[in-house]
Amino acid sequence: MLVAVAAALPLAYLVLIVAGSADTALETIWRERTAVLVARSIALTVAVTATAIAIAVPLAWFTVRTDLPGRRLWTVLAALPLVIPSYIGAYAFLSATGPQGLLQDLVQPLGIGSLPSITGFFGAWLTLTLFTYPLLLLPVRASLRRLDPELEEAALAMGRSQAGVFRTIVVPQLVPAIGAGSLLVALYVLSDFGAVSIMRFDSFTTSIYTLYKASFDRIGAASLAALLVALMLVLLWLEARTRRREALYRSAPGSARTMRQVNLGRWRWPALGFCGAVATLALLIPVAVLVYWSLQSFAGSVDWPAVAAATGNSLLASGLAATAAALCAVPIAVLAVRFRGPFAMAVERLSYTGHALPGIVVALALVFFGTRVVIGLYQSLAMLVFAFVVLFLPLALGIARASMLQVSPRVEEAARSMGRSQWSVLRTVTAPLIAPGVLAGAALVFLTAIKELPATLILAPIGFETLATEIWGATSVGFFERGAVPALVLLAVSAVPLYLLTARE
Amino acid sequence: MISTARPDLLGRCRAAGAIALAVPILALAACGDDEGSGSDGESQTLTVYSGREEEYVGPLFESLEEETGIEAEVRYGDSAELAATIAEEGENSPADVFFSQDAGSLGAVEAEGLLAALPDEVLDQVDPRYRSSAGEWVGTSGRARVVGYNVDAVTEGELPDSILEFADPEWEGRIGWAPTNGSFQAAVTAMRLTEGEDVTREWLEGIVANGPEQFSDNEAIRDSIAAGEIDVGFLNHYYVAEARAEDPDYPVDVHFTSGDAGSLVNVAGIGVLASSDNQETAAEFADHILSEESQSYFAETVKEYPLLEGVEVDPMVVPLSEFEQPDVDLSQLSDLEGTLKLLEEAGAL
Repeated sequence: MLVAVAAALPLAYLVLIVAGSADTALETIWRERTAVLVARSIALTVAVTATAIAIAVPLAWFTVRTDLPGRRLWTVLAALPLVIPSYIGAYAFLSATGPQGLLQDLVQPLGIGSLPSITGFFGAWLTLTLFTYPLLLLPVRASLRRLDPELEEAALAMGRSQAGVFRTIVVPQLVPAIGAGSLLVALYVLSDFGAVSIMRFDSFTTSIYTLYKASFDRIGAASLAALLVALMLVLLWLEARTRRREALYRSAPGSARTMRQVNLGRWRWPALGFCGAVATLALLIPVAVLVYWSLQSFAGSVDWPAVAAATGNSLLASGLAATAAALCAVPIAVLAVRFRGPFAMAVERLSYTGHALPGIVVALALVFFGTRVVIGLYQSLAMLVFAFVVLFLPLALGIARASMLQVSPRVEEAARSMGRSQWSVLRTVTAPLIAPGVLAGAALVFLTAIKELPATLILAPIGFETLATEIWGATSVGFFERGAVPALVLLAVSAVPLYLLTARE
Repeated sequence: MISTARPDLLGRCRAAGAIALAVPILALAACGDDEGSGSDGESQTLTVYSGREEEYVGPLFESLEEETGIEAEVRYGDSAELAATIAEEGENSPADVFFSQDAGSLGAVEAEGLLAALPDEVLDQVDPRYRSSAGEWVGTSGRARVVGYNVDAVTEGELPDSILEFADPEWEGRIGWAPTNGSFQAAVTAMRLTEGEDVTREWLEGIVANGPEQFSDNEAIRDSIAAGEIDVGFLNHYYVAEARAEDPDYPVDVHFTSGDAGSLVNVAGIGVLASSDNQETAAEFADHILSEESQSYFAETVKEYPLLEGVEVDPMVVPLSEFEQPDVDLSQLSDLEGTLKLLEEAGAL
């Protein structure tokens, strides 16, 4: 119930604003430019999601099901780009390929005068794909690891080729995970501002920001944001179609066995090449640029106490957000899956609103309610954590829900038939089974909250500097070198939970 | 107004919101901030929303505390986002003062009716041109648009007196500009106000036809002029002043067009919120920023134009009295939407 209200706040805000001046709002929505923006945003979203699937599914398969050399290392490396905020990634790419950039310096001796410009659609597509595909990789990996090998073995026994099995047996079973991951990627792309603004690709989000920045037009911005929610509903509907067959637990008696590994043979080298190429683009280049910048800043000086304080604040706020989001996600997931109540289903869907909207819109919605309803808590740490929960709850909810789907109701029924109470079953049977999923969800919230900027700037207590605000403070005055150290610290502290998440297998 | 549009719905949301926020309160009761503003008289602590970066104004807040005992709690952010935040907060804004990077953001908050009139003693220190006509915000430092040029490629005499003439074919392939930059867009807005929509559109189309080199910021334009890649570029005065202060032989100089948008002077400024209980302390803050010491700081460190009479500009900067500015009301520069539309139609964006 409480979570439902939290999830509904941004939407309520948009409804209030837009309904307050419906004429102006409609005018904004019906403009020709709006249609162009919708088309551009959809094109970018489709392109990024499709590419992310093309990267994430093979990567997941290589790292889970094959004898790829260095499999564990690739597992962590492949997921790591998730911790690079898209604004940092985009900037790193832009500067690396620029006239005096790192990459340009490297190719100069080869006689390449100037690298092609990567701004616009191409740049936005490239950076968003590289830094969001892990959102797909994680659920697909999880799903692959839980597949029942019997189906595949049966198909192989009947003479199907390895590739044929992959296509007809493995992929169809992955569809729900691909759907859930694609939804997260698509919503990220729709609401992202950092990458599209740096790459100068005019999208829906840049227009919302422009309306705030250039025209101080809150009604117009809210109208466009409302349209974004409509787009989100379409995406949710598409994703719901991928989960038609909901039960993912075994139907046959017995328990699932461990997976058989596929021998890659001579395909090992192309597979390694693929993993290496992705890691180079998504990890090596941005990190190299940051290291290069931070080395330059050592000539000057790094304000270590400030960086340390910011690190502490970042860990505190994101840690609390991850805990709170996980606590909110469990009851909703249980209710939505086991009891299929319309209320829980509605809340689950509604919670995606916060994720689909640009941070500034959610932040302003909370400013609106915070200054009218809970004035004493306005701009407190509690408020910031609450904002993170509104923004990132779907990340925790999606994984919690997926793990809940894999718990066979029969196990619970068995426990109940032996005289356990409903609550006791939930505590001793269900909870341990979904715990890994809930933890993974919390880690994902942590990773996303730690790089959040617009809501942090507006809603954090005054003087509460985080790594993200430190980076912003340095880059907004053009001191990229000084922003590089907090950026590297951000990557380092984010890598820890991600390592635990992927290596704990 | 928004808050009165749907009282019933809002009422419900209010109750619901209270419940929703109760969750984190329980979890984090210990972490809440201390909202302790003094109940009697004015507080010596000011809450400032600053669109100006800490790097530049941080030292001023330190000297404020040393000299007046006023302690500033500063929220740094983007000027326009802070303006939108103040507008949403309305009556309940915790902010006392809005320190904005540009006049447009101040104009927007003023238009929402959320700023209080400043005392005349504060306002009168600054030329009326650089403050709100309603007396609700005051400029604290200025920056001028200029035409930067490479001294080896162009002589001052070849440069036209009107910014409009840069649309002539003789400038083909020689211009650099940053059409996405806020300062540039403010100048185009000024041109719309002084020359009208049609002239502005023609000018933009003319520049686009000249195939200008496109940059993302002013600094890149300056560096490109210095490198001789382009002959001229539209930018802010202090980028050139900074480079010339470091290197006396720097090959870029600035040219002011006469009385048009090419030499617009925009300001950063201060407004006091009407909802603040600390009006006098806030006015004292404005006074401090307009003090000789702070104004010299802007002139020397950031190479901006001090707006207090009698404070010298940096030797690398051409004084305000030596060029003719366009006649525009700076509050009106908040109307950028039409500018973006023109830029788009002209193919500049």
